[in-house]
Amino acid sequence: MSSLPARLLIANRGEIACRIIRTARRLGIETIAVYSDADRHALHARLADRALRIGPPSARESYLNIEALLQAARISGAEAVHPGYGFLSENAEFAEACTAEGLQFVGPPAAAIRAMGSKSASKRILEEAGVPLTPGYHGDAQDLTRLHAEAERIGYPLLIKASAGGGGKGIRRVDRATDFAAALAACQREANASFADPSVLLERYIIQARHIEIQVFADIHGNAIHLGERDCSIQRRHQKVLEEAPAPGMTSLRRDAMGQAAVNAARRVGYVGAGTVEFIVEPDGTFYFMEMNTRLQVEHPVTEMITGIDLVEWQLRIAAGEPLPVSQDEVRLTGHAIELRLYAEDPSRGFLPSPGRVRLWHPPQAAGLRIDAGIESGDEITGFYDAMIAKLIVHGDDREQALARLRRALREVFLVGPRNNLEFLARLIDTRSVTESRLDTHLIEREHDYLMADAPPLEATLWLAAVASLLLHEATSHPTLLPSPWASRDGFRIAGRYRRRLTLEAGTERRDINIEYAASEWCVTLDRAYVVQAQQLDTHRIALCVDGISQPAFVHLELPVVHVRTSGRQVAVGIIDPHQPGDAHDGPDESLRAPMPGRVVFVNVRAGDRVKRGAALLAIEAMKMEHVVCAPADGVVEAIHVTEGAQVAEAIALVDFVAD
Amino acid sequence: MNRFESTVVTTSTAFSSGRDYMLGQLSRLRALEQRTRDASAASAARFERRGQLLPRDRLSLLLDPGAPFLEFSTLAGFGLDVPDLDKSVPGGGVITGIGYVAGTRCMVAVNDSGIDAGALQPRGLDKQLRAQELALENKLPYVQLVESAGANLLSYRVEEFVHGGNLFRNLARLSAAGLPVVTVVHGSSTAGGAYQTGLSDYIIMVRGRSRAFLAGPPLLLAATGEVASEEELGGAQMHTTVSGLGHYLAEDDREAIGMARSLVDSLGWSRHDPVHDVAFAAPRHDPAELLGIMSNDQRRPVDMREVILRLVDDSVFLEFGAGYGSATVCVNAKLEGHPLGIITNNGPIDADGAAKATRFIEACCQARVPILYLQNTTGFLVGRAQEEAGIIKQGSRMIQAVTNATVPQITVHCGASYGAGNYGMCGRGFHPRFCFSWPNARIAVMGAEQAAKTMGNVMRAQAAKGRSVDSAQIEAMEQRIIANFARQVDVFATSAHLLDDGVIDPRDTRGVLAFVLAVCREAERRTPARNSRDVARTAL
Repeated sequence: MSSLPARLLIANRGEIACRIIRTARRLGIETIAVYSDADRHALHARLADRALRIGPPSARESYLNIEALLQAARISGAEAVHPGYGFLSENAEFAEACTAEGLQFVGPPAAAIRAMGSKSASKRILEEAGVPLTPGYHGDAQDLTRLHAEAERIGYPLLIKASAGGGGKGIRRVDRATDFAAALAACQREANASFADPSVLLERYIIQARHIEIQVFADIHGNAIHLGERDCSIQRRHQKVLEEAPAPGMTSLRRDAMGQAAVNAARRVGYVGAGTVEFIVEPDGTFYFMEMNTRLQVEHPVTEMITGIDLVEWQLRIAAGEPLPVSQDEVRLTGHAIELRLYAEDPSRGFLPSPGRVRLWHPPQAAGLRIDAGIESGDEITGFYDAMIAKLIVHGDDREQALARLRRALREVFLVGPRNNLEFLARLIDTRSVTESRLDTHLIEREHDYLMADAPPLEATLWLAAVASLLLHEATSHPTLLPSPWASRDGFRIAGRYRRRLTLEAGTERRDINIEYAASEWCVTLDRAYVVQAQQLDTHRIALCVDGISQPAFVHLELPVVHVRTSGRQVAVGIIDPHQPGDAHDGPDESLRAPMPGRVVFVNVRAGDRVKRGAALLAIEAMKMEHVVCAPADGVVEAIHVTEGAQVAEAIALVDFVAD
Repeated sequence: MNRFESTVVTTSTAFSSGRDYMLGQLSRLRALEQRTRDASAASAARFERRGQLLPRDRLSLLLDPGAPFLEFSTLAGFGLDVPDLDKSVPGGGVITGIGYVAGTRCMVAVNDSGIDAGALQPRGLDKQLRAQELALENKLPYVQLVESAGANLLSYRVEEFVHGGNLFRNLARLSAAGLPVVTVVHGSSTAGGAYQTGLSDYIIMVRGRSRAFLAGPPLLLAATGEVASEEELGGAQMHTTVSGLGHYLAEDDREAIGMARSLVDSLGWSRHDPVHDVAFAAPRHDPAELLGIMSNDQRRPVDMREVILRLVDDSVFLEFGAGYGSATVCVNAKLEGHPLGIITNNGPIDADGAAKATRFIEACCQARVPILYLQNTTGFLVGRAQEEAGIIKQGSRMIQAVTNATVPQITVHCGASYGAGNYGMCGRGFHPRFCFSWPNARIAVMGAEQAAKTMGNVMRAQAAKGRSVDSAQIEAMEQRIIANFARQVDVFATSAHLLDDGVIDPRDTRGVLAFVLAVCREAERRTPARNSRDVARTAL
């Protein structure tokens, strides 16, 4: 029996690289990270024992660059390579190249990757193994007549998919026979463009389908087991958002059946290591094989939470030739686990990735909560790679408890930086579809109105938390040095109270507030007067007490902006500069005056003319130079005090101008 | 260090009645201060219409957020504008105090133009002069937010006009002393007031609002027949582009105050200030007990060491000459780390007490330790024994020592301040650097009844010599004397005349003293560059 590698190269980045480093380190394995130029300062590179540059930011030249990775393995003396997920994790050539280099590839043999790599090929193989398949067609004949006939056989609605596809690319839904030809042509074009292979497969489109997958493990000694299922039905744009285990409504009988099918599939392709067999499930529980992912899944932690198994550790041991440590009978599922994916994306703009610097990342800590993050405060979410910030995984005795814990955890995530889907996730787990376990792949579309509803006006506590954190900040950062009594910032007055006004802004909301300082509290007038006290708990947390009711609030100052999270809401409150000139008053309006003594050369406007900013109104000639007087803004010429040819003194009013 | 143990019983009726009295006086004070604020705030609509900020809001915006502000003489002119005390609006039409502007301790004076358009109110001139004097003595930059209708011609007084020259003289002195004068002209600054602007080192004007001219349109018309608008005569635009009087043009009050802050910031004034980083402990006795210690019956003696215990660091002090002239108490202590000599009264000042105090003052000057006078004296002790002991000689020496002391002296009127005791204990006439009163303080040449009896006795003595004096007449005169004394004795009357720098809550005393001690300490170490020509501005 071979042993664990002494040195492991992690051919990946982000949270999964960090997660692999954690387990490897626990097992006493030295870790080697690789990084692109964009990731020079990334967390995974900082965490590893050593980090090697592999190329420029573009993934093609770095994390997908097999030669660069092998070179890094050579330089570092790595004995094994963990590919993580994504990038080269399902690339048979990479697996082969590693093996050829004498490196342990922590994943299945190249042949198994290949077998499962093509959707059509894998379905054919599994059909032979007796794994149930969605009624469909995945034959080699790709002529329109044949495909059309197959479509009629399968029935509508159906899906046309690129055989070589993945990640939701090249999928078309067809509801009527008349639409088929056009959709097919489009899908083939897309498939050809994306995967250089125009071949497609057809599948029945399952209404109210659920996406349930089985985690399997196989060793080189011929053992294969499954670790139960994960329900990944909740997706947007074919990307998973929430995953949970066990799947709600799952019976042990069906789990055995699906598990057996998945294990059969794995055995059929000579699988080794961790793999996931994805099924599509009809409301009545009928399940069909969809595809097999020959790697660790993003959502693997939910399985870890309910089985107590470290899947990465198993991967490493199996790659090192060890047998599976448990038999199927020994696998125990305990409680319920849910994972949420926190992304730097803008849900209000079609989940558009929104890269940027994470200025503050303050994840909560709680019983049953696990956070897999690839960043720390100050790190960058770059536009080069996946925009995931972190995964929140929670475990509870049952689903209700897990949801409750998750709800609480989300209220305590304090993230200041790029736009993200935190609020969306908080709403998602509160949808009735989720709380009532009515899961299917259209959940997000169905709950669109609830998920995308406008945020209600801010509660007073958010404004007050912003004010309190500003005042606390002022109290502890002043221009003079302690302990001069003059250094205090508690608004001390020997007569009357200190009162000040502030104008705050958050999104489209604006508030003029009045603050009166008392001995140990502030009286803050917003929509009404509130008695506010506050105390700094730690760098980013204050205890906010409003009218005697105390609650914690997260605060992060980026003056003139205060980021606040409390009462389940996060907001960036801007403090308007009190010295900024206010709105126009009824004083005399602006007159444009002669910049120097001279003669008026021309006058372009007449009283009452409406002009654009920058328009030439008139010109004065002096010292052989012509000075054009222009409109300072869009506005109206009220009066003109000079005529062409007139001699004017400096600063004489030329034109009365009223800006809009 | 001290052998003195407190014997104050906070549950006693004497304590609670003293406390009730003090709190009653305090709430009267706060109500008057609020009356002034309300009177000013009543102009809110007019100010808002003009896009202006109320004077209190200007002040709030000028000072560093949350920073302390030591406001002076809120009772100035109380009862002198109108005789009805229920209608009188105290404050003198101006707000003065020491506060932080952009991290720099400054003397700030703000015309309270919400009241009577900023026209000078009774004692308003004295209050401004005092602020200037404080700035000079304590080497503070002077920031003024000006908007004043000037003197009210309806109540013109020639002596005020002439004395008013001091206001301008002081500005010139401040500038010459190297103490920058920064002025924001928020509104009218006309006639004599124009020099208030003109004598400033930095002048910020507000577009459409600032007015500075020697004669406004009505006077101009009357004097020369010339017709000109206010804006033409002295608007911000004219002064910042044509006359060159104004240095900065702001769009409104907010921006103007922001400019004043930037300006003070750019002076870098505080960069050489010493760091006071001495550790200290709070008093072990609760300063809140100061409310009940002083008696409202001034015939009942108070051991002023009880007061000291509640003011000084760790409630620790060392008494100087405790066994000699013991009615005059001299102690050394620290207050927020500042060493301090304290002189106070546990009874009338006798010859021994005066001699001891004289020696103590000299010692403080030798060691450069500031002196705090906690006044609670019914005066110098009289009688044959005292005269023989040289009370005049010793009292004179004490007054000489007070007058010529070379250290900052701070006076707090804690209770009685009668007769020459007021002088010997550094009353206002002796120019203490700062002078505050508690709400129970009384100042008089002697007790009212004592004065009445004295005059009665004189008349009775004349009657004995054969002049006919009606005893009813004597009684009526005695009553008149008592009434006249009573009207002027309490702190609401004395503070109205600026016989102190303001009335403070006894509980704030320690904080206020710490403030002013820090001011004194910095002033002592600050060496402003005197203006070489003794003129702030030659051309611009």
